[in-house]
Amino acid sequence: MAKLVEIRGLKVEAKTDANRRIEIVKGIDLDIAPGEIVALIGESGSGKTTIALTVMGYTRTGCSISGGSVTVDGQDVVRMTEQQRSKLRGAVVSYVPQSAALAFNPAKAIMDQVIEVTQIHGIMPAEEARQRAIELFRALSLPNPETIGERYPHQVSGGQLQRLAAAMALIANPKVVIFDEPTTALDVTTQIEVLRAFKDVMRRAGAAAIYVSHDLAVVAQLADRIAVLRNGEVQEMGETVQILEQARHPYTRELIAAFEPHRAPVVLNDIDGRRPLLSVENVVAGYGRSKISSSLLVKAVDDVSLELYRGRNLGIVGESGCGKSTLARAISGILPAASGHIIFDGRELGSGYKERTAQQKREMQIVFQYADAALNPAKSIDEILGRPLAFYHGLTGEAQSKRINALLDMVRLPTSLRGRRPGELSGGQKQRVNFARALAAEPKLIICDEVTSALDTVVGAAVIDLLRELQHELALSYIFISHDLSVVQAICDKIIVMYRGKAVEELAVENMTQPQHPYTQLLFSSVPKLDPNWLDSLAMDRPVVTA
Amino acid sequence: MTLETPSTTRRRPRYQIKLVGMLGLAIIVFWLIVAAFGPHLAPYPIGEIVDQDYFGPMSRDFWLGSDYLGRDMLSRIVYGARYTLGISLAAVTMACTCGVVLGMSAAVAGGWFDSVLSRFLDAMSSIPSKLFALVVVSAVGSSIPVLIFMLAIIYTPGSYRFARALAVNIAAMDYITIARLRGEKMFHIITAEVLPNIIGPVLTDLGLRFVFIVLLLSGMSFLGLGVQPPAADWGGLVRENIDGLPFAAPAVILPSIAIATLTIAVNLFIDNLPVKIRDRSE
Repeated sequence: MAKLVEIRGLKVEAKTDANRRIEIVKGIDLDIAPGEIVALIGESGSGKTTIALTVMGYTRTGCSISGGSVTVDGQDVVRMTEQQRSKLRGAVVSYVPQSAALAFNPAKAIMDQVIEVTQIHGIMPAEEARQRAIELFRALSLPNPETIGERYPHQVSGGQLQRLAAAMALIANPKVVIFDEPTTALDVTTQIEVLRAFKDVMRRAGAAAIYVSHDLAVVAQLADRIAVLRNGEVQEMGETVQILEQARHPYTRELIAAFEPHRAPVVLNDIDGRRPLLSVENVVAGYGRSKISSSLLVKAVDDVSLELYRGRNLGIVGESGCGKSTLARAISGILPAASGHIIFDGRELGSGYKERTAQQKREMQIVFQYADAALNPAKSIDEILGRPLAFYHGLTGEAQSKRINALLDMVRLPTSLRGRRPGELSGGQKQRVNFARALAAEPKLIICDEVTSALDTVVGAAVIDLLRELQHELALSYIFISHDLSVVQAICDKIIVMYRGKAVEELAVENMTQPQHPYTQLLFSSVPKLDPNWLDSLAMDRPVVTA
Repeated sequence: MTLETPSTTRRRPRYQIKLVGMLGLAIIVFWLIVAAFGPHLAPYPIGEIVDQDYFGPMSRDFWLGSDYLGRDMLSRIVYGARYTLGISLAAVTMACTCGVVLGMSAAVAGGWFDSVLSRFLDAMSSIPSKLFALVVVSAVGSSIPVLIFMLAIIYTPGSYRFARALAVNIAAMDYITIARLRGEKMFHIITAEVLPNIIGPVLTDLGLRFVFIVLLLSGMSFLGLGVQPPAADWGGLVRENIDGLPFAAPAVILPSIAIATLTIAVNLFIDNLPVKIRDRSE
């Protein structure tokens, strides 16, 4: 069978500041048949996006294709002139970016942007292109397909914008579409709709696709074949079912194992009627204070109560905008709660952190999602960990140095990293330093706000394992905030589901898989499974949720 | 021990600097040396009339000619460097220290402190700088401390605005939130958390502001309101020898060239600051 895309011995090099050349893609062979969807999967830095972009003859700034050939539809894009390549892009090969929000021009109506490529290449008259766009909108099950194109990008939701980006890519009937992590930034409930629309439209269009993702379960729903990448090399390639069921390469197995976190049996210590470590009663928090009445203009957290006992973990889940992070900020005092009580270790806390005692601040630590933003890039790991030790415990000199080594050891980092700055660490290492800093305070409670969301699956699973070990050693309690159910289920013995600022359901460890509230059911059933038939087996008309 | 070796060599950062930047740096260093060792370098005392001729040409005895009274021009420029560089450096240091400290504090504290300070300094910067300088000097008279303070006051609001704009972005980062939650005092937050992240642009701004101050000081002296005779900075030298212009006397051209070389050199240097070579995988 004729191949549509043939990649042979592809090598891509990047140049460092010091003019040293590093090979980031090391000799890849890859074929794509017409109409076939091939997934490239791997952790960040594995070269998956770089490979996908070479199909358009494109490399990011500082990179260049240094060897091999990429043949698309009989033509080698590596040897093309830039002019020939621009004829190819959009018409034969098109691209769906990770963040459609950044890819759309906010100042132009959506329709003009969707049909732009047909006008640039002179493929079809504008009126015909508009008709075709409306058909695509309908195929992608967008609401109001006739009129949605007249709107501006900020007037549609994130999931809709991602589908509109797909319409933009498909408008000129390309032979290959590159999907670059198109659903990574979406909530699980939205992701389903987008995935379903993609699958449907690709089936109809009959175009081939390269689907770049780090999420094996998402890929399993769409791809015919999967290529597992690591360090710029293909580790394993095969049919989707074969990869999922008979993975040969150890790295693939690790990926699959990380996807289903081996949930260690939660050992529930006795509560025996002691007072809870943290008890939150009827907390209301939000933004903007109305001038007329003293109520809040936007209530992000509306009348939420929860209890957490020492040595236990509480999970808070919900989609973006449900108020889970605001709840964390209210508990930690970053955003003072408008009303309600927060009782920590038997004493009521002031609503803002400024009204709390030094000991109260020390015993409750918060760890943020983005380790990049949480670690000062201008300071060494030594200084970052040394400061809380000096501040809370007055440790200096030799004693401080010993303690830093102990902390790094606790989070399984080598002490040789002490002199480095955060920019010189990997994502997982940074998040570990972030935890080490929280541990330096010797807290009783750590609030983890989406701590694994910015990490690769395998790395994130390792961080969760670490947290579990630390809990054993140090008698900690965690509040775990995440949009990712599997993460929360792996470590928490109680889960609170939030929806539009309210806690809609509380699930204990025994009935964690049998939710009652319709929103929780929707949320739970939206988590992709490693089964390739999972998406098709879902009921088409999913429940509409009203809180 | 062997394990330590790679990390210690890694710690020493290597720098890359462009040729133009090197040239700028060389000229700056040259003028700094001239200013520092002025009395040892000048062949004649500053106020002494040594040439019979006035507006004398360049000669073996008077390398850069003589001025309108027959004083040695080389000595006058060498001494002038002390005034121009000294006053400007003192003023720029004061302006940037005040501006940067206030700017970072306003960004971190926010609220009414930020609003009041920002509006006050906006009002300050709405006064035209030359007009303000003229009024101050004619009111209190001209002396070196007055000049330094006046220049510092004129250039503080700009420095404040610049530092505040940079620090506002830093103050929104999670590591500042964590420092606040820890209960850190304002002084620690601005010096240890914010300043290291904005120091690069702040130094660039300091260089630019230095150039503006040199130019304003020279302009003031040219108008006779700056450094008072018999002492003279470069601007003053241009003014007192302006009558030599029809004779193409070196006495009027050379101080102008001195001002130009210094300001251009500072500009070249800050536009081509050394770049630290970062190579993570090395």
